[in-house]
Amino acid sequence: MRLDHPADVRASDFEARRKKLAALSDEELKERFWELAREIVKPLVELAYTHTSPSIERSVLLRMGFSSLEAQAIVSAAEKRGLLGKGVGRVLLEYAAKKQVDYLQAGRELAAGKGWDEVEAMYGGEDR
Amino acid sequence: MKCCRDDRAGRSNCYRLEPHEKIDVREILKDLANYRPRRKGWTWRTPRPGQKIGPFTYRETSEPLKRSIPLPAAKYFGGIDPQPDYVITTEIASGRFEDDIRRMRMAAWHGADHIMVIRTTGQSHIDGLLEGTPEGIGGIPITRKQLRATRKALDLIEDEVGRPINFHSYVSGVAGPEIAVLFAEEGVNGAHQDPQYNVLYRNVNMQRSFVDAAVAKKIMASCNMLQIDGAHNANATAREAWKVMPELLVQHAINCAFSEAVGMKKENIALSSVPPTAPPAPALAYDLPYAVCLRWLFSGYKIRAQQNTRYIESDTREATVTHVLNLLVSRLTSADVQSTITPDEGRNVPWHYNNIAAVETAKQTLLGLDGFKEMVELKKEGPLPAKVRELAERAVLFLEEIKEKGYFNAVAEGFFVDSGEYPERKGDGIARDPNGGVAAGSIVKREPGYYAPVCHHFGFNELPGNPQRPCDLIGGCTLCRPEKIVYIDELDPEDNVERRLAEVEARRGANEIRPEVEWAGDGYITCTIFLPEREEVAEAAALEIAARMGLQENEVIHKRVMHPAEGTLVEIKGIVPFAIDRNGLRIPEKPQLLSEEEIREEIARRPLKAVCGTVGEDEHSVGMREIIDIKHGGIEKFGIKAVYLGTSVPVEKMLDAAIEEDADAILISTIISHADIHRKNMEKLARLAVEKGVRERFILVAGGTQVTHQLAVEAGLDAGFGRGTRGIEVASFLVKKRRGEI
Repeated sequence: MRLDHPADVRASDFEARRKKLAALSDEELKERFWELAREIVKPLVELAYTHTSPSIERSVLLRMGFSSLEAQAIVSAAEKRGLLGKGVGRVLLEYAAKKQVDYLQAGRELAAGKGWDEVEAMYGGEDR
Repeated sequence: MKCCRDDRAGRSNCYRLEPHEKIDVREILKDLANYRPRRKGWTWRTPRPGQKIGPFTYRETSEPLKRSIPLPAAKYFGGIDPQPDYVITTEIASGRFEDDIRRMRMAAWHGADHIMVIRTTGQSHIDGLLEGTPEGIGGIPITRKQLRATRKALDLIEDEVGRPINFHSYVSGVAGPEIAVLFAEEGVNGAHQDPQYNVLYRNVNMQRSFVDAAVAKKIMASCNMLQIDGAHNANATAREAWKVMPELLVQHAINCAFSEAVGMKKENIALSSVPPTAPPAPALAYDLPYAVCLRWLFSGYKIRAQQNTRYIESDTREATVTHVLNLLVSRLTSADVQSTITPDEGRNVPWHYNNIAAVETAKQTLLGLDGFKEMVELKKEGPLPAKVRELAERAVLFLEEIKEKGYFNAVAEGFFVDSGEYPERKGDGIARDPNGGVAAGSIVKREPGYYAPVCHHFGFNELPGNPQRPCDLIGGCTLCRPEKIVYIDELDPEDNVERRLAEVEARRGANEIRPEVEWAGDGYITCTIFLPEREEVAEAAALEIAARMGLQENEVIHKRVMHPAEGTLVEIKGIVPFAIDRNGLRIPEKPQLLSEEEIREEIARRPLKAVCGTVGEDEHSVGMREIIDIKHGGIEKFGIKAVYLGTSVPVEKMLDAAIEEDADAILISTIISHADIHRKNMEKLARLAVEKGVRERFILVAGGTQVTHQLAVEAGLDAGFGRGTRGIEVASFLVKKRRGEI
C-alpha cells in the first residue's frame, strides 16, 4: 500500500539522530536494543495473555481428543453464541457434567449440533 | 527384507528401505492411523572436531553417514564423504507428497537433514485444518495424513542414511495454534512462526496474529521444536534489499522477544537470515557487516542462514555463485542451519536434481572452507566494525520510534518493508490496518473463569481445583496421551493420493520409463542449444528444433546472449511424448569385481605377467600408465608383473615380446581413433595371435577412450576397457579369465 502523506516520506537524518547514541558503548547499545524490543512486545504479550480466538479454542479441542471437523463445528457454534471468552473446553466439560456423560460423547453431540439450547440456558444472559 | 518388529499396537512392522529398491508409497500409506513419530523436537548434527577422514583432518565436520553419495571429485580422495557441522536444509514441495518423498530420499543421500515443505497457496488463509491428501499448488496442503506419511517416510530414510532428519513446515496463517498442535502431535521438528509475517505478507489481522502466535509458540516450545522466523521475507520483498538491514534486525528482535516472553527457549529460536545483496553489487561489503552485526546482537540464538532469492534469474550458474558467496559469509561468521535455494528457483518450481545441486553446493563449499577461520580472521578495525555499529544504531533508532508509537501503529503507518534505509523513509512500506485484514475482529477477551483443560496452553487459564497437570481434568490431553488423537484419512473421494497413484499406474505400465523432474513420469527434459544467431532468432530457432525433435509443450527456460550478433545460448524444456520399454533395453552387464585381497592372494600363489604398450602411431601413455602403475592403483599394485614396451609399439612387437617373456596377457592401449584405427589395431592383434598359433596362450585386452568391451570382443580380443577404467577392473578380469570363469 502506498502512503501518499508527505509526512511518511523523509530524508535520512541519521547523523543527527545517532548523536544521542554516540556515548553508548557497544555493549550498552546492545542492551538498549534488547530493552526496547522487550518493551515493544510487552503490550502484545499482554494482549495475547488476556484474549483467545477461534483457532486457539479449536486447538484446545484438538488437544482434548476431538477431530478437526468436530473442533470446527463446536467452536463455530460456540462463537455464534458468544461463548469463546469462557473457553470452549470449559463449556464442554460443564455441559458434560450437567448431562452426566463422558466429555468426548458430549462434544460429539455438540459437534452434531445437538444440545446447544441447553448450553445457552447454562450461560444465558451472562455477559451477552 | 524381513526385520519384523511389532509396534505398540502389536501389528507387524516389516518395511524398510533397501538402497537398490524404490521407496514403496503404498507401504508408507499402510496403517498410517496407528503410526506414531519416534521422537519430537529438533536434532543437531553431532560435531566431530579434529576428525580424520581419508587422508585429511577436518575441523568443522560431524558424524559421517552410513550411506551417502559423495561429491563427484571424491573419487580422487578414496570416495570420502565428510559431512559438515551445519544442518543442511532443502525445501521440497511439489504439490504431491508421494512424489516429494522420493526427492527427500535423494536429498538425504546427498547430505540434507532438514526437509522443509512449503504449504499450498492460500492455506494460510484457511481458518481451520485440512485433512486428507489433496493436490497442492506451489506447495503441499499440510494435513495430518500428509505429515504422518511424510514423517514415516523420513523415519525410514533416516535409518537408511544413518542420521536423524528434521521435518519442517509453517505455523502461520489464521490456524496457527491448531497447526502447532498438529505439528507437536505428529513429530514435526521445526517450523516457521512469526506473527509479523502474517501481518505484513498475508494481511492477517495483527491482533489475531499475535494472540494466536503466543499459543502456537508455547505448544512448539513444549516439544523443543526449532522455530525459524520470517524476517528474510523483507529481503525478498523490498525493492532494494540491502536497505532493509536495520529493519531486519528489528523484525528478528520483535519475534525473539515475543517468543521468549511466551515461554520459548533461546536455543530453540533460529533467525532466518539472508545475505541481502548479490553481484554485481560488491556483495560481501554489505553482507558481511550485516552478518556480523546480527550474530553479535543475537548471541545465544541460532542462525538459520538462508540463501539469496531476491536476485535469482534463470541462470543457474549465476545463482550458484551467489549461493557460494552466501556460504562464505556463513563460514566467516557462523550458522547453525544452512538452508539452500535451488539454482532453478528463478525458472520454475524446483526440480528433483536441482534440490540435489543446491545441497551439494552447500556441502562442497562448506568442506572447501573447513578450517578456513583458523587462518583468516575478520578485522577489528576499519570499515567492518564501523558498519556493524552503524547498523546497530539504525536498528536501535528504529526500535525507539516503534516504542514511541506502539507496534500496531507503526505497522499502520507503513514502517515496515519501506525501501528507504531507516531513518530515511520512502513511503512505500507495507501498511496494515490494526482493525482490518483477514479474520479482523475475531479475538475475544478471556472472561473470569476462562479455562482450557489441556497442557502447554498460553495465557490466562483459571483451572478449577488446581490440578497437577491441566489435562488431569480430562484424563490426559493428546500431547500426553497420543492415543487420543483422532486420525482422519480422506475427506475428498476424488482428490487424494490413492486416486493419483492409480492414475499413474494406469498411465504407465510397470516397465515404462519416462523422464521426470517433479511428478511421477511427467516426461520433462531440457535441451541446451547454442545458436550462432541474435537472441530473438535463436529463441525461435530453439523452439523449432524442440518441435522437430518431437517434444511437446516446449518452453524457453533460459537464454543468455553470448554476443549481440555472434550467438545466443538457449535452454528449452519440453515433454517427451513416448515411454521407453524397460524390457527392450540392452544394458551392458557390470562385471563383478574380485576383492583386492583375493586378487593379491591369487597372484602371490600364481604369478601373472602382462606385456603392455600403446600400439600403432600413438604417443599417448597416460591411460596405460594409469592401468599399470602402482601409484595409480594399477595392476602392479596387486602383484601383476607388467612389462611396459612404451608408445607407438607395432602390434607384431607386442606379440613377439609376449612370447619371449612367456607372458600371460597382452594389454594394448589405443587412444587415437581416426579412421577407425583403434578397431583395426585390435583386429590385427587378434589375427596375428591366431596366425602365430599363440591365441590360446594369451589373454588379449585393449583399452582406450573409444574402446568398448563389445567392440574389443567383436575384434576378436577377450576384453575391452573404456574411459575411466581402474586397475582393479583389469586385474580382476585377468584373474577370472585365467581361472576360466569368464
